[in-house]
Amino acid sequence: MSYISIFDVIGPNMVGPSSSHTAGASVIAFLAHKMITPPLVRVSFTLYGSFAKTYRGHGTDRALLGGIMGFGTDDLRIRDSFQIADDRGLAYQFLPCETETEVHPNTVDIRMENADGQVMVVRGESLGGGKVRITRINGVEVDFTGDYSTVIVIQQDKPGVVAHITKVLSDRGVNIAFMRLFRESKGLTAYTIVETDGHFPEGIAQPLRDNPNVHDVMILEP
Amino acid sequence: MDFNSAKELLELCQQEQCPISEVMRRRECALGETTRDVVDHRMARALEIMRASATQPIKSPGRSMGGLIGGEAKKLANHAAKGKAICGDVLLRAMTYSMAVLEVNASMGLIVAAPTAGSAGVVPGLLLALQECYQISDSRLIDALFNAGAVGYLAMRNATVAGAVGGCQAEMGVAAAMAASAAVELMGGEPEQCMDAASTVLMNMLGLVCDPVGGLVEYPCQNRNASGVANALIAAELSLSGITQLIPFDEMLATMYAVGRRIPLELRETALGGCAVAPSACQRCASCAT
Repeated sequence: MSYISIFDVIGPNMVGPSSSHTAGASVIAFLAHKMITPPLVRVSFTLYGSFAKTYRGHGTDRALLGGIMGFGTDDLRIRDSFQIADDRGLAYQFLPCETETEVHPNTVDIRMENADGQVMVVRGESLGGGKVRITRINGVEVDFTGDYSTVIVIQQDKPGVVAHITKVLSDRGVNIAFMRLFRESKGLTAYTIVETDGHFPEGIAQPLRDNPNVHDVMILEP
Repeated sequence: MDFNSAKELLELCQQEQCPISEVMRRRECALGETTRDVVDHRMARALEIMRASATQPIKSPGRSMGGLIGGEAKKLANHAAKGKAICGDVLLRAMTYSMAVLEVNASMGLIVAAPTAGSAGVVPGLLLALQECYQISDSRLIDALFNAGAVGYLAMRNATVAGAVGGCQAEMGVAAAMAASAAVELMGGEPEQCMDAASTVLMNMLGLVCDPVGGLVEYPCQNRNASGVANALIAAELSLSGITQLIPFDEMLATMYAVGRRIPLELRETALGGCAVAPSACQRCASCAT
């Protein structure tokens, strides 16, 4: 979605009270939960800036936890997300951090752990009106919004991986809107993030994984 | 089909011989690569949520998360039922519905941001009141929402609708401009009259600061939804009577944005100024939920 839709104006349909502190928070967590294989057993949310100050009164905590469990912005189960998480055996905690000020005022770090012990840390910023940005994955600075269909490839920083990704996509007629490579440092883990206008064809993750230097592939559809 | 300003929007209305709502609907179909049925269906769902959130607290009011509001819509409805209201029927209903939406919002209920959650009562408040007083069909109300969306889109594109950026004038001001324009189309006005009404609202709400008590979307936000519908109604009435405006909407939007950026940080949603630091507000907040 590359234009301002009327449903960005008359919308989002959302559980209140705040498009940035409630709806946006749930969108960040929803995107994060798509980046790790379920089921999750533990999640912690570190809250910064205005999130840290006003999260209770805005239901930011319930919205984050709801998003992690896959609830959309208009899902009324967000109100009962503590109870639902308890029932599902998902441990959660909220850690307000008011000392770190060099961040966007509505920032959250989400640390997720699944049943296999895999850990994933995602940072998101809520920009207002339910719009968000993911700015960090496992400590590596990235930048995408989730407005587009997005594929995230976690890879070894070696020659040929990007060529592999673009070939898989072009063979299936995927038109790339944006493509960027982010890395820890030379030769270590890198993240290729591709955003596209339409939806990805079914089963695109597997051929993307068919490369010895690709560790994992995640698909996020809006 | 797309437009980047009110001037271009009015040219399209002229060229296509259709109202603002229809231009906005065609734009959505073209850019979203979808059909009228799909977008109309989605808008019908928005209307359904709007109606539920505007009426439910009149029957069963609840307290807000922060404890600052709750029960206001029911009080207004009771006051009207006793025949003691001094506002006319349209305004009184519109105020009641707009405040009801904020009650639902503040208690983590389901609402439609229009354009934001804090200003979500204005557009449904006025449109639902007009529907009841003038027996307007749902399909015409959906058209009116497309009209409102055109105004909000221009504000998002060319200025801001965020209180943190432009103050309350950018949230409630734009919401009321949307409602005014939609009301004019609904009551038979021409596209130019819609834009004049939207311009009038921005003029009359220019400079309004965003100063939420406790940093919460409760107070004075709820009161300002009621004043938003009043401003929208005034502007629509002026325009429908044939009064034209010296300053066109595009210029008024740029003016609102320029003023917004000059509002001090303390008065842009930070809860560091305005109502938020009045002694009674601070005293209350010391004991509230945050």
